[in-house]
Amino acid sequence: MSGFITSSIGKKILMALSGFFLMFFLLQHLIINFMSVISADLFNETSEFMGTNPLVQYLMQPILFFGIIYHLVMGMRLDLQNRKARTSKYVMNKPGENSSWMSRNMIITGITILLFIALHMVDFFFPTIKAHYITHEHLDSFQMVAAKFTNPVYFGIYTLAFIALALHLLHGFQSSFQSVGFNNKKYTPTLKKLGNAYAILIPFGYFVVAAFHYINSL
Amino acid sequence: MDLTLKIWRQKGPEDKGGMVTYPISNISGHMSFLEMIDVLNEELINKGDEPVAFDHDCREGICGMCSMYINGEAHGPDRGVTTCQLHMRMFKDGDTIHIEPFRSDSFPVIKDLVVDRSSFERIQQAGGFISVNTSGNTQDANSIPIGKEDADNAMDAATCIGCGACVATCKNSSAMLFVGAKVAQYSLLPQGQVEAKDRVLNMVKQMDLEGFGNCTNTGACEVECPKGISLKNIAIMNTEYLKASI
Repeated sequence: MSGFITSSIGKKILMALSGFFLMFFLLQHLIINFMSVISADLFNETSEFMGTNPLVQYLMQPILFFGIIYHLVMGMRLDLQNRKARTSKYVMNKPGENSSWMSRNMIITGITILLFIALHMVDFFFPTIKAHYITHEHLDSFQMVAAKFTNPVYFGIYTLAFIALALHLLHGFQSSFQSVGFNNKKYTPTLKKLGNAYAILIPFGYFVVAAFHYINSL
Repeated sequence: MDLTLKIWRQKGPEDKGGMVTYPISNISGHMSFLEMIDVLNEELINKGDEPVAFDHDCREGICGMCSMYINGEAHGPDRGVTTCQLHMRMFKDGDTIHIEPFRSDSFPVIKDLVVDRSSFERIQQAGGFISVNTSGNTQDANSIPIGKEDADNAMDAATCIGCGACVATCKNSSAMLFVGAKVAQYSLLPQGQVEAKDRVLNMVKQMDLEGFGNCTNTGACEVECPKGISLKNIAIMNTEYLKASI
């Protein structure tokens, strides 16, 4: 099994599996975000539940962190390794003739998402952890979110991150299925369409929530 | 037609190499790309210059020897053809054509446009075969019933000529389309089952040892492959590898 983890195919399959997990997480996170559009109380109750439930805090959250860290560390390592496989570059190359921009620039969209995650942690995750475990004060999650999105620069940065996420998912979704060996004449074309829909709708959903709070603040 | 050729010239493996410009005239659209290079080489030889070294053998798209990166694409701008099958009618009078060797650290340049693709042979030797008793009582392959779809897919995978266009094209210099085709070709057939596990493990191990990059599913290899080898073969290899590892 150790040979599997270090082999090129093993790494590719694990990248896909961590990708699947993160794609599922995106959906779950979005559902909670949407609660802030529906009702402030519902959002606060759910945030309280997520922030205090031991199963979420001590099991789901560590798994999530492992998934994120594995996906980003491996993604960067693989990219460096791939660059080393061709040290002498072509004088003339036309990659646009045979592959999509999204598929060739996963590292760029990936690092953009990573920077966003860092900002997002500083904005929301660390204050929540501090309130729950250090200062033990009551946190109004809805107010915290609403306050952040009064700033148009913030809204702009978040929108850019959602675009990067959409570009990352446009390749990532269908690519994960190929990596785990699912390539089927009958179902793959539908799966690709489903992937494109997911890649557009999920980031758009996040954008809608951010836009709602920004417009509300005007 | 009259053309300007910019060709990669490199004296040997250690030489730095660089692009050299050659004007060429009276090229017919019916010529193959290699015939055009033949014309250039004849001119160079007549002038007493060193001809451009390039790989070629059958000149009918089945040997997998020709290997040029033409105007930024493996085997040039046409689809489903090797360089020897590329017609000059794909270009226009007055065009400038860039010609480079297939580039990958696992395909080191020997001279000019000739690269060493023996890494593919070592992968093939690691498991790209079936062991059959040839003592005289070999079973007729046709006596084993095989489903039409499996037979067709195995045949499609077997059309890979090992030219290396997939590696040359891939931004990661990955050899997975080649290895995928070689693994799938046998894994789809009953004759390939006996050594299935060792085959995929050994071939992938050798592929990694040769220093090829990792596949990121850009799909560029499938587009540039002169034989139209499908990405499905990589998916089959991934499944085979997973099965063999568990």
